[in-house]
Amino acid sequence: MNKVENNKAWLLVIPVFLLVAFSAVIPLMTVVNYSVQDIFDQNNAYFVGAEWYREVLNDPRLHDSLLRQFIFSGCVLLIEIPLGIAVALMMPTRGWTASATLILLAIPLLIPWNVIGTIWQVFGRADIGLFGWALNSMGVDYNYASNPMDAWFTVLLMDVWHWTSLVALLCYSGLRAIPEAYYQAARIDRASNWAIFRYIQLPKLKSVLVIGILLRFMDSFMIYTEPFVLTGGGPGNSTTFLSQTLTQMAIGQFDLGPAAAFSLIYFLIVLLVSWLFFTTITHLDKAK
Amino acid sequence: MNFSRKKKLGISAYILFVLLPIYWLLNMSFKSNAEILGDLTFWPKDFTFDNYAVIFSDPTWYMGYVNSMTYVSLNVIITLMVALPAAYAFSRYKFAGDKQLFFWLLTNRMAPPAVFLLPFFQLYSSVGLFDTHLAVALAHCLFNVPLAVWILEGFMSGVPREIDETAYIDGYSFHTFFVKIFLPLIRSGIGVTAFFAFMFSWVELLLARTLTSVEAKPISAIMTRTIGASGIDWGVLAAAGVLTIIPGLLVIWFVRNHVAKGFALGRV
Repeated sequence: MNKVENNKAWLLVIPVFLLVAFSAVIPLMTVVNYSVQDIFDQNNAYFVGAEWYREVLNDPRLHDSLLRQFIFSGCVLLIEIPLGIAVALMMPTRGWTASATLILLAIPLLIPWNVIGTIWQVFGRADIGLFGWALNSMGVDYNYASNPMDAWFTVLLMDVWHWTSLVALLCYSGLRAIPEAYYQAARIDRASNWAIFRYIQLPKLKSVLVIGILLRFMDSFMIYTEPFVLTGGGPGNSTTFLSQTLTQMAIGQFDLGPAAAFSLIYFLIVLLVSWLFFTTITHLDKAK
Repeated sequence: MNFSRKKKLGISAYILFVLLPIYWLLNMSFKSNAEILGDLTFWPKDFTFDNYAVIFSDPTWYMGYVNSMTYVSLNVIITLMVALPAAYAFSRYKFAGDKQLFFWLLTNRMAPPAVFLLPFFQLYSSVGLFDTHLAVALAHCLFNVPLAVWILEGFMSGVPREIDETAYIDGYSFHTFFVKIFLPLIRSGIGVTAFFAFMFSWVELLLARTLTSVEAKPISAIMTRTIGASGIDWGVLAAAGVLTIIPGLLVIWFVRNHVAKGFALGRV
């Protein structure tokens, strides 16, 4: 749509600008300020320049949790996006079954994150949980509390259970927006189901997939509560992701300077990767 | 087996996968602690409402729900109030710095809450908002407002601008046009946006817990009370968990048709 040049439109944007500036810019300035100072107490702080950044960038804890975080977010995207599309394609389109499916699928999204952690904490236990009990009685030696691989797998499964619905709901509404005429034309051409998917449905889903991929990346990269409730980041450090390392630093050890430097680096990584996703997908669009 | 039967089987299997953990929570909430920790039973042997009774008889418990509902509603209202005009500006006008501003808004959706914890605590304490519902509602705007602007802009761009122009020619002021004509046209969009704002605010814990202590403490933070010296009170924990699902279910029930009709309308 061609837009009209109008600088008075700023008046409409000012409330958002002020609100977000209050909640985002002021705290961000505080973080920047901390990241270059050594703070002893309220009145004793010394400028230390880039020292904290150097310290944090050389910290093996950060490297480990960053690597773990990237593997985790990668797995999340690789599983949840295709699965979400598949679920959306299978969802009934009319009648009461359509509403019922929609509501049932949305349930995990509406549960507070610590409750999600609690549910899986119980569900996965071999003595009182269905999932852990079923796996163990099938002869799989599963115990998320002592085996790092099991814990990692449980967090991933929990995330898939929790968030695939979001991708599915987005795709479902995207699919609903395709006019029936497209399908009729495809039927006349005797297009296969795969061809319909590849040339009609997938291109139409692209804009909702951008939202889906970005939201899933951002949120999985910030995951905190669920693994924290499940095992507190353990066993060992197997499910200690970036947010947790950061919180340990800032609140556990009260290393404000390094924690602030770490925060900014963390923020920049999320920003950079999201921006990469965003431009790659929109460029693919233009290249066609 | 034909294509549509396969589909039905697939979706049923997935729904089963979604419901099993929730069934387990529900199952547990009707059991006594002795039974939970005893043998594995697939349904409550001694069906009991005791766990729910604990929650409904203790003000610290049920006020948690009231607190959560209060700040979530506040958040949804604030989010819509500021995002609607802004989204209109982004969808209709070109103005100095519009693209930069839009991207800057989005970057706030990407800010990890862990990054903002301490500064938020200090900021809201210094302006005297600490431990109020408003503090949590405002803090949650940080990630809800950008998303709301993004979603609403898509819906608004789907409405032809001829409608705006006709209304102005007919002598409507911007205000009456916006409220009487434009908002009803993007009803679904407002429904979907409200749903997303509700969802992300209802489930968020880290900021909500940091910004409150007593007066505005959310239910999800109160749930940690069940972990006492004698171990975890699983039954009450499960009952509290079940109760946190219900408001969400009500909301999704009201917006289900809008979600189906098209989150994607303006974007496809």
